[in-house]
Amino acid sequence: MHAFLAAEGPSAAIQAGGWFLENVWIIPAIMACSFAIILFFGKRMPKGGSEIGIAAVLACFVLSLLTGAQWISEVNRADNCVAVEISEGKYECESHEGAGEQASAFGEVLGAAEEESEGAYGAGLKAVVSERTWWSNGGVNFTIGTMADGLTVTLLAVVTLVSSLVHIYSTDYVAGDRRFTHYFAFLSLFTAAMLFFVTSANTLQMIVGWELVGVCSFALIGHWWEDQANSDAALKAFLTNRVGDMGLLIGMIVLFFASGETWSIIDINKLAIDHTTSHTLLLISALCLLTAVMSKSGQFFLHTWLPDAMAGPTPVSALIHAATMVVAGIYLVARLYGVFFEGLSIAGSSINALALIGGITTLVGASLAFVQDDIKKVLAYSTISQLGYMALALGVGAWTAAIFHLFTHAFFKALLFLGAGSVSHAVHSFNMKTDMGGMRKFMPTTYKTFLIGSIALAGLPPLAGFWSKDEILVGTGGWGFFEGKPHSNGAYTVMLIMGMITAAMTAAYMTRVIYLTFYGEFRGGHHDDDHGHADAHDAHHGDPHESGPRILWPLRILAFLAVTVGFLNLPPGFLGLPKGLTERFGHYVEPSSAAKYFPKINHADPSWSLAIFSTIVVLSAVAAAYWYYFVKVNRQSPAATELVNGPTSRSSVLKAGHTLLKNRYYLDHIYDSGKPVPAVGAGIVASLFGLAAGSALGFTLDNGLNQAFLPSLTWGLSLGTVVFGIVGLALSTGVGVASFVKKPLAWATNWTHENLLDATVDQVGVRSVQAAEAVYKHIDQGVIDTAVNSAGAGSSGAGGELRRLASGKVQQYGTIMFAGATLLAGLMIIII
Amino acid sequence: MYLVQFLLLSAVLFCIGVYGVLVRRNAVLVLMSIELILNAVNINLVAFGAFNRDVGAAIPGEVFALFIIAVAAAEVGVGLAMVLTIYRNRKSIDLHQVDLLKG
Amino acid sequence: MEAFIDDWGLTLVTFIPLVGALVMMAIPRVNESMHKAVALGTTLVAAVLGVLLLANFDYGAAGDLQFVVDKSWIDVINSRYIVGLDGMSLPLLLLTLGVVPLCIIYSFAHFPEPHNPKTFLTLILVLETGMLGSFIAQDLILFFVFFEVVLLPMFFLIGVWGGDDRRYASLKFFLYTLFGSALMLISFLALFFLADGTVAESAAATVNTFDMRALSTGATSVIGRSAQLWIFGGMFIGFGVKVPMFPFHTWLPDAHTQAPTVGSVILAAVLLKLGTYGFVRIAIPFLPEAAAAWAPIIGLLAVIGIIYGALGCLAQQDMKRLIAFSSVAHMGFVMLGISTLTDFGINAAVFGMVAHGLITGMLFFVAGSMKDRYHTLDMNRLGGLLLQGPKMGWILAFAAMASLGLPGLAGFWGEFPAILAAYNPAEILSAGLWRGYMVVAALGTVLAAGYLLWMVQKTAFGTPTEEFENDPHIHDVTAFEWIAWTPFLILIVVFGFYPNLIFDLTDPAVIKSLKVEGLNGTAADCLEMAKSAGEACFADLRSALGSGN
Repeated sequence: MHAFLAAEGPSAAIQAGGWFLENVWIIPAIMACSFAIILFFGKRMPKGGSEIGIAAVLACFVLSLLTGAQWISEVNRADNCVAVEISEGKYECESHEGAGEQASAFGEVLGAAEEESEGAYGAGLKAVVSERTWWSNGGVNFTIGTMADGLTVTLLAVVTLVSSLVHIYSTDYVAGDRRFTHYFAFLSLFTAAMLFFVTSANTLQMIVGWELVGVCSFALIGHWWEDQANSDAALKAFLTNRVGDMGLLIGMIVLFFASGETWSIIDINKLAIDHTTSHTLLLISALCLLTAVMSKSGQFFLHTWLPDAMAGPTPVSALIHAATMVVAGIYLVARLYGVFFEGLSIAGSSINALALIGGITTLVGASLAFVQDDIKKVLAYSTISQLGYMALALGVGAWTAAIFHLFTHAFFKALLFLGAGSVSHAVHSFNMKTDMGGMRKFMPTTYKTFLIGSIALAGLPPLAGFWSKDEILVGTGGWGFFEGKPHSNGAYTVMLIMGMITAAMTAAYMTRVIYLTFYGEFRGGHHDDDHGHADAHDAHHGDPHESGPRILWPLRILAFLAVTVGFLNLPPGFLGLPKGLTERFGHYVEPSSAAKYFPKINHADPSWSLAIFSTIVVLSAVAAAYWYYFVKVNRQSPAATELVNGPTSRSSVLKAGHTLLKNRYYLDHIYDSGKPVPAVGAGIVASLFGLAAGSALGFTLDNGLNQAFLPSLTWGLSLGTVVFGIVGLALSTGVGVASFVKKPLAWATNWTHENLLDATVDQVGVRSVQAAEAVYKHIDQGVIDTAVNSAGAGSSGAGGELRRLASGKVQQYGTIMFAGATLLAGLMIIII
Repeated sequence: MYLVQFLLLSAVLFCIGVYGVLVRRNAVLVLMSIELILNAVNINLVAFGAFNRDVGAAIPGEVFALFIIAVAAAEVGVGLAMVLTIYRNRKSIDLHQVDLLKG
Repeated sequence: MEAFIDDWGLTLVTFIPLVGALVMMAIPRVNESMHKAVALGTTLVAAVLGVLLLANFDYGAAGDLQFVVDKSWIDVINSRYIVGLDGMSLPLLLLTLGVVPLCIIYSFAHFPEPHNPKTFLTLILVLETGMLGSFIAQDLILFFVFFEVVLLPMFFLIGVWGGDDRRYASLKFFLYTLFGSALMLISFLALFFLADGTVAESAAATVNTFDMRALSTGATSVIGRSAQLWIFGGMFIGFGVKVPMFPFHTWLPDAHTQAPTVGSVILAAVLLKLGTYGFVRIAIPFLPEAAAAWAPIIGLLAVIGIIYGALGCLAQQDMKRLIAFSSVAHMGFVMLGISTLTDFGINAAVFGMVAHGLITGMLFFVAGSMKDRYHTLDMNRLGGLLLQGPKMGWILAFAAMASLGLPGLAGFWGEFPAILAAYNPAEILSAGLWRGYMVVAALGTVLAAGYLLWMVQKTAFGTPTEEFENDPHIHDVTAFEWIAWTPFLILIVVFGFYPNLIFDLTDPAVIKSLKVEGLNGTAADCLEMAKSAGEACFADLRSALGSGN
């Protein structure tokens, strides 16, 4: 399996190493043990097992930080080594001992350093991989192991930090829940699975981790499974993810064989970058994996489970459905970036499937966030939108920007979710329009932290979201296209426009949320008990009040991070800062192409004008929303939530758009049953979907696989027609795809079983019996038995006749015998 | 003396015996008729033995005659015993009434 | 001790249950506790012997038959008493040895009507002998005898202790399987008359032979191609009915639904494996060339089974019937692995057999226990199991997760490698076709998640229906159930974490079974070649062997 590695020439990069990096498996193992302990002994603990979970996750956090520190020191070591070489020309860089591969030939390190003339993306430091055999089959060994590099340690830190805060927050939030212990057990299991996923050394492990986080998500969304709506949401999440998993399985299998039977992430990437792997297979696997990304990371059109997943407890939404699990798809792309970069031909292109899907998702998510009344749903759609941003960034080749956005987003989105949870904890509802309003008076700390989170999300300087968003916009090629000399991987102008629009929309809907939740007049207080589980206990009624310290401290910590983490990756040359202060994140996290498992990507030049322009866009969006809500709506009545005579009631086009948004682009109608949609609407929506699907396929064939134009068009049209048909049918009949499988299709199968197959078998049985009866009646009884019977009857009749001879008189017998003997004697005489 | 004379005597005796066996109803008479048949055979045996002395058979015919006399005695004994038993059971020795073999 | 195990171990393991059954016949019927003790004791002794076998098994030579006994049996037809164990049979043997005592323990607290433990347990013991014998027999007639011995006890278990429709179900089961067996027997006889035992690598003493070792190492190469295809066809139906493969599966839902819990468990855990075991042990190694010709059909029926079974599940209202249909889908994955004719795929198939045995067995246990409590398995009437019996509810959810192929649990390692193997079938087969199968099979995993979670949602989630809300009969897992279930649960996790426990054993045996030695090459070499070359290679192999004779 490692034949490829062994056959390789002298390495061009330095092997990193160190105890923490090599033994990173301990981190998920701790959480797995924590899960087992809580599951079996948690109920007997004084705090129901939560103390174990918290201790474990804090330990993991510390270990993750140490691992991160070790990685940073390794990067520094590699930098020094390059620097010393350049100045003295004779320094030999040592690879870390015991890490498998030989030290690099020196000149190539120099070469790598020179290639990376920008300096931020330092010497090629190789990821630390430690593996051992897991199972073998068909003579092939499959390994299990860990891989630690900048990306891994980033995710480790994010996951353990958010998880720690969520653990602490939950001790208050779900206190008194009847399944308190189970809740913590599954938090532990989820964290373990996520950590296992991000430390995977091979794609097989990634599949395992991927599905395990999915099942934890299932269990936690359905935490209050007494209510059918919750278990429905859990099922929907799991099944949608399962659709993506199908793509994941196929994509990984194709990659496995395309790369000469290896699961190793590093080998797969290397072979993809070398162009050893067939481009067609790379494209196919990239597209299959994209399905997986779409389902897990909530990309259009498999995102519909994510808003429903808000049925779970809020801390879970923060941890799983905002900060960590949903970025698994993004992480997958980042991990296998060689495959995506080459497979989708990201370099030198102006559009590709990943960027396009990311772009559409970011717009769809942001637009849907506008019409939600449920604060968690707003945040859920916002998460979809931001995940779209990340996918877009990866699609345009802005790898660091995507990961940096993942990093910052984790903090401010977790902050927003936990803030929303804090509010709902007070008002026992998530509905902004009926149960909130004016909350800033009751919950000042929550308000302040939520506001910080909102500003960070909206991307206003100098908070975290601004820096990461700006980098993504720069990564699309920025103004470069208009200047005629893009410094990035391609001229992704469409993506730039999409990103810009989204930035504006994000700012506007967050302003709406702030107004509806924290300003105006408190509309709640009429707490009705039929709110099912009420996301909490019915302990306190009356006026809403500020939450306790175990809820507020996580908010404060996250707010601090939401303000500061953006400075970790200042653009190069920002305000004349020295190199050692800018682009730190990119420097330590982005693998160098010299390490051979990461493609050579271009880094766009930061642009003041772009940053200023986007900030102006965001500010004007905030201003517009402010004018609408804070001024007009508030003037109408402090308790109002919308204008009585709003734009949607005045313009039929806007009204139609509003209906479309309210119905979430009819996606759920297509998947699941709903009310039939009028023919015109169904036709329009179906045409849109058909057009999108058809052009996507046609484009893929034409550009991606370099097929001729006409066949591509034909295939595209065919797929478009099929999609048009399915969507149109689903909408106009009100029977969605899933319902179709569940009801008519499954019933038809069962009918076939009962009435065709089983009936055939039964008929065979029945006919056999009938045939047997016929044989019995006509042949057995009719012929054979008759013969036998007649033989019997004949004998009997003869006997009746002959019995007269047997008179019992011996003398008679004697007479006959004598006569016979005489006769015989006579005969004898005659014959002789 | 001719052999034929003895054979004729024997044949006559045999025929009388057979007649008696087949016709008489009295069991004792039937037994006696059987004796006649046997003795007819005896005459035959003795006659052939005497006339074929020169052939030199290992066992002369008279020996067989002696055997038959002995067997006949035994046979009469068994036969009379059976007749007695039948008489005890049926108070009759009429053979026409003894038809247990009737089918 | 070692010599004893070597010579007598397998025979003892197989026949001890039969001895137990004879002993029980001598005990009066009223003495129930005695019956229970004897039955459990016997199976435990057998299980311990099984562990001894495991301990004495030479893992370095897992590809070779071990503990071989070869004694004269029916000389007239050259049938001998040959038994042996290799890495392919060992997991299944141990599965049987483990499942039966657990079923017996479970049955202590759950004797279905009309009670009568004596007969019930006796039948199970006879059944065990039949199952064990099938996995160790190395002579076709011996195999056939054991294969058929299994039928009768199962027929009675379903027909006497089953549900309302038991007579129909048991008769259907019996006749359908017997029909398959008849064709199988004809194939065996054809092999006997057509093959030449003396040209095989491990040559038999006579030309006409039932010795499986000879038949699987080249004795069949003298058979003409069309005869091979017919013979394979006979075995295909014989084993296919037992698996059961679409469209020969219709006996399964009825038998499973009507059988008593223990019967369902044994049926799912072991009996279905006899069919797939027949494929990997007999049909494919004997006739690799015919297998290559039949493989597209096997693969097609396998993927149809996957989708068909899944859709069938979605239409069920009865929980047990749903699980039964899911067996059709799961065995489809096993057959897909087999159809690839690669060592990878067949390994996956063997793993899939064990995993399916444990997981579906577990699901049937839970379903049976629910039936005991609710007296119905109509999913429209169930609900809220997690509230009324939380532990049982979690076990059900766990088993469902394992069944849908969650990584980290045993089911995944049967399903995923089978899909993986389908990407790259043996060279002589069409890769494109199998890749199509792969996609369909992957779609099956989505549907599997659908029906299993739907079942869990219907039965375990939500709140109890009014009917059962305050039913005092509904309680959580009992001690007997814990004893019977814990090993299942542990093994599902253990195999999920460390699949090598099974792959290590099966791998060498599977590789060897595909390697049919000829005079100038092996069938495995031929399978590895591209399609046209592969067929030519087979033809060469055959003619070389034919002329050598």
